[in-house]
Order: sequence, then structure tokens, then C-alpha cells
Amino acid sequence: MKINKLLTGATIALGLATGAFADGHEKTKVGFVYVGPVGDGGWTYEHNQGRLAVEEHFGDAVETVFVESVPEGPDAERVMTQMALQGADLIFTTSFGYMDQTINVAGKFPDVKFEHATGYKQADNVSVYSARFYEGRAVQGHIAGHMTESNVIGYIASFPIPEVIRGINSAYLHAKEVNPDVEFKVVWAYTWFDPAKEAEAASVLIEQGADVILQHTDSTAPQAAAQAAGNVVTFGQASDMAEFGPFPRVSSIIDNWSPYYIARTQAVIDGTWESTNTWDGIAPGMVEIGEITEAVPAEVKASAEALIASMEAGEYHPFTGPINKQDGSAWLADGEVADDGTLAGMNFYVEGLSGDIPQ
Amino acid sequence: MITLEKRPQPSRAWSLATPLLAVLLTMICGGLLFAALGKNPFETIRTIFLDPLFSEFAWFYRPQLLIKGAPLVLIAIGLSFGFRAGIWNIGAEGQYIVGAICGAAVGLAFYPTESFIIFPLMIIAGILGGTLWAMIPGILRVKFGTNEILVSLMLVYVAEQLMASMALGALRNPDGMGFPGSRNLSQYPSAANLEIISGSGMHWGVVTALIAVIFAYIALSRHIFGFNVRLAGQSPRAAKFAGVNPAAMILICMGLSGGLAGAAGLFEVAGPAGQVSIDFNVGYGFTAIIVAFLGRLHPVGILLAGGLMALTYIGGEIAQSNLGLPLAAIQLMQGMLLFFLLAVDVLTNYRMRFGRRQVV
Repeated sequence: MKINKLLTGATIALGLATGAFADGHEKTKVGFVYVGPVGDGGWTYEHNQGRLAVEEHFGDAVETVFVESVPEGPDAERVMTQMALQGADLIFTTSFGYMDQTINVAGKFPDVKFEHATGYKQADNVSVYSARFYEGRAVQGHIAGHMTESNVIGYIASFPIPEVIRGINSAYLHAKEVNPDVEFKVVWAYTWFDPAKEAEAASVLIEQGADVILQHTDSTAPQAAAQAAGNVVTFGQASDMAEFGPFPRVSSIIDNWSPYYIARTQAVIDGTWESTNTWDGIAPGMVEIGEITEAVPAEVKASAEALIASMEAGEYHPFTGPINKQDGSAWLADGEVADDGTLAGMNFYVEGLSGDIPQ
Repeated sequence: MITLEKRPQPSRAWSLATPLLAVLLTMICGGLLFAALGKNPFETIRTIFLDPLFSEFAWFYRPQLLIKGAPLVLIAIGLSFGFRAGIWNIGAEGQYIVGAICGAAVGLAFYPTESFIIFPLMIIAGILGGTLWAMIPGILRVKFGTNEILVSLMLVYVAEQLMASMALGALRNPDGMGFPGSRNLSQYPSAANLEIISGSGMHWGVVTALIAVIFAYIALSRHIFGFNVRLAGQSPRAAKFAGVNPAAMILICMGLSGGLAGAAGLFEVAGPAGQVSIDFNVGYGFTAIIVAFLGRLHPVGILLAGGLMALTYIGGEIAQSNLGLPLAAIQLMQGMLLFFLLAVDVLTNYRMRFGRRQVV
């Protein structure tokens, strides 16, 4: 009988609540679509930090909403449409795989502004933004080349898209620069976030003799695998992952989206938002290098910091010739610097890397 | 004291009531969970179960329910035959993937020719692809007595790898600047599985799912095949005496579920998804197993269960973005649904008695 009463109460409350739906929409509403869970400790975590920074910066003037773990297919399109319907003024879609969906939904909502991370398709109300992660990879490669004793560096790659290939090339070039005997083993995980797969990839690489592991996937599982192995060096990916320091995590690449998200939200509030293509690196602070721990010898730390400083000052570009492609053909002449167009569509390995990019 | 007493026959009334009871229990426990997370439980339950149907933006969500529910219903209908006959095809996800690959490959092979024949050919290819993939565990079971649960499940992972290699290789969009993924089929008119009435969500997969429900209903209630399926499940020995060939039964049930899963994959790849991509599958083949059981393996039940499942997905997304509910809480609630269904199932087969059992 008690249960019955409860249920009746619930039914009435449901009816009442249904009538109360109203959208008093005056605040600027900013939506975020995430590919992983906000607790992934990596990529999505940092985007969510950016969202929280927006909330903190604007206070009551801005409301943010987000949906996490959205698959890169028709579900993403529905989530974006739903956000636009609920009155979002600005929507950040934070994975490469949301590209077509963002363009589709943006076409249906010309008054809503969209920001697509790491893509290349722009529209009047769609901006694209990304970070020059390869600058951070250069620092990782530099430290990794010094730290490895087995001269085997493992690399957990996600998808064979230019962003990932750029990272592999940049890390390899700078590891090779300080350690000519270094060899890269690349495992393609075909996922951005899958702790089980990432841990497995890390174990395979460790078994194959890798004593440094670089990752382009978002979870901390490879860090944990390295910690279990005991003598393997890792780097935080997308987020600091400081909980695995000072060893195995000896440094990290941190994506700092907060200034960008705040600036773009401000632009929407001011009515000055325009479709742009942003690709920022270490100098503007979109890419940060996490603390280099005491596990790294002092002179290596100093040279890594010099490398960071030279990129910060704009004196050094990680892809500066002479660089040949994997097949031995010339790519960049001595002193020549790669142009952004080639980098954006990079689909080849540089000379010295073994194996093929999956085709 | 409550004692359980086995019923001589499963109660018909309870077998209809238990799914509703399970939904109610899920709402109550889900509500408690949401309250523990600091959300208003009534508002949350309303958002998940009612907003997709009756809110301000229901005109957008209702078609989405069809799009999300159709593959679930289509796959679950196919699975229900095998499950009734005691043949456990757990690998519908793989058959769904292979159906999508085969169907999309046929469509892409014709690109950019325009002809009315292309889409029907793709459907046939999709069904064939799914059927053949399901035949692998089917034939292995018939010939070598392997366990179809394990083999069909393992083949899901093979299919996923196949999908990835297709998205990166043979079916990759030559104009895609090196990025993985095929051409967008929904932008290729002859191969697109478009909405029959614009804005209704009613694409060919939805129509096929409804037709499948009707055919399954007729087959199970009015046709000898349906009788044989039920007999094989309830009493394999009796079925043998009645002249049912167990090997043929396995192959037919596997083929049927594989074919429908393949068709679901094709409709998805040519319509809502649009392209062969590495992350194409999102678990419809596994969720369909829940749908099949939630619907009591009955075609009409499956139709309702598919709708309910779609509702929790879409309502769950609304709850995430409007109320800031974590995805895990939604998934927990979906899991509760199956858990409670299995738990209250005891009422179908047992009678509860209050008070002390009489000592004779």
C-alpha cells in the first residue's frame, strides 16, 4: 500500500513538472560535445577544464552544458541539434570525428556559432581550432631520446590521421637528433579512449623492449602499465597526469583550451564572433609542457627547456630541414621550414621511421 | 515468511506485467540514484521518459526515436527466433557491421552512376553479408559442434577490425585528404537511405523494421515454422520426433538473425551514419539482445521494447545536457532495466505465498 501511495505521488509530480517546462533564455549558453568521459584524465578532461574556466570567468552571464562520451556518428549530430534547440549560442565540438556532423548541424542553425576542434572544414558559422601539439612532441622526443637505454621507444598511436602522424614524426626527429641509434615502434590502437586497449598496447611495446612510451590516446592506462613495469618512462598526454610523476611520467603535454574558450565566448557576447581557423602552439600558451621531473638528468632538463624557450620565442620550428621522407626522397631543404598546408595534411613518415602508415 | 512455489505453467498475466513492473522499479531506483546525485528525481525521470515525446522540441526527438529504435527492433526480431529455439547468436553486432560493409561497398562501386537499381542491390548485399557472417558460427556448430555463443561473439571483434581496415583502405574516400572513412553515402542520391517523408525520421530501415515485426508475428503464431521454432526451444526431443531437423533449424535461425542484422547495418550506413568509418558500430547488436528479452521475444513486445530503449538513449542525452547528469548514471539506469526484468521474471514462473508453509 505504501508503494502504491509513493507511485501515485510520483505520477502527480511528473504531471506537474511537465507543465513547468519553460526556457527563460537570456544568458549566453555554451555547449560542449565530448568524445570521452570528463574523467578520462586526458583530452576530454582538459576540454572540460576549459569549460569550467569559462563558467568561472563569466559567472552568471554564461551557462554551459555538455554531453560526454558521444560516439562520432549520427548520435553526435543529434546531441548538437539538441543543444542548438535548447538555445545554445556557441557549441564546441571537441573531436576530429565530429567534422561532418558539425557542418550539417551548423547548416540548419545559421544563428548558432560552432567551433570544431582539430578539423579542417569551415563555414560561415563554423570555426576550426587546434593546437600545435607537434611542438610539444619535439620536447618529448628530445627527452625520450636521452632517457632510453634500450634505444627502443614505443608509441601508442590512435588513428592514422595527419595530427597523429605529425606527432610521431616530430617526436622521432628530435629523439634521433640526440640519439642516432633510436628506434620507434608504433602501435595503432584505433581509439581515442579505451583504457583496456591502451594498456594492452603499452604492455606489447614494453615486451618488445621499449623503455620509453609515448601515447596519443587519452587515458592514463599506459602510465599505469609503465608504473607496473617499473623502469619505463612515460609522458602525460593532453593533460598533466601528474599523479604518475615523478616517475614513470617525467613530463607532459598539456592542452590549455581555457584562454581560447573564454575569448570565443566573449566574442559571441560582444557580437564580434567570426569564422576563424586557429592553430596555436607553445608561444600563445595553447600547448604547455608539464613539469620535467627530477627523474630527468639536469643537463637534459636544461636542454629541453632551451628547446621550449626557442619555440616560445619563435626562433625554432620542429620541422626544419634538411628532412627526407621515409622513402628517401627530399622533403625540406637545409634550413627550410615546413608550411602549414603540408603539415595539416601530413600523410607520410620521415626518413628513419620503420613500418608503414596503415592505408 | 514468503515462500516461492513453482507454478505448473508460467503465468500469462505475469509475463505481460513483469516488463511494466521492471520499468516502474527502474524509475523508482533510478529516481533514488538521481536524488543521491543531487538532482530532482521527478524532473530527471520526466526528462528521460517524457521529454523526448512531449516537450517543446518533441518534433525533433520523435523522429530520432524512430532512427534510434529501428535498428534495435530489426536486429532483435531476428534474434528472437534463435533465442526461442535455444540458438544463441550473440554476435549480431558483427553481422550488423559486415552487412554495412557489404552494402556500402556495392553502393560505392557504382559511384557516381545514378540509377534506381543501386539502393535495392545494396539492401540485398547488406542482407547477404550479414547472413554469411552468421553462417560461420552456424556451420561450425552444425559440422563440428562448436559453441555458437563464443564463435559469434568473437567474430564481432573480427568484424570491427574488418570495418577499420575498410575505412582506412579499400573503401576510403579518395577525396578525403587521407582521412579515414568512406564517401558519404547519404550525399549520393542513388545510394542514400533518405527519409521517405522529410522530417519524419521514417527511413527505409524503419519501414523494414515494421514489416519484420508483422512477418515475425505471422510466422510465430500462424505458420508451421514458428511452431517448430517454439517446439525446438521448449522440447528439442519432441521437435525431433515432429520431424524438425535441428541442423537446418540452427542454420535458418542464424541466417535469419544475421540477415536482419545485416539489413539494419546497411540502412544505418546508407542513412543516419552515412559512411563506413572506424567507429561505425555503437553497440546496437548488443543492445538488441536486451530489447529482445525485454520484449519477451514477442514481435509486438520487441517493438515496444525497442521504443523504450530508444527513449532512454535520447532522454538520457537530454538529461545529460540539460540537467548535467553523468553518462554513467544513464547507463546504470539502462542496466537496471534488464536487471529488474530478469529479477521480476521469477513471478512468471513462481507464485509467492505469504505465511508459513503448511506442514503436512
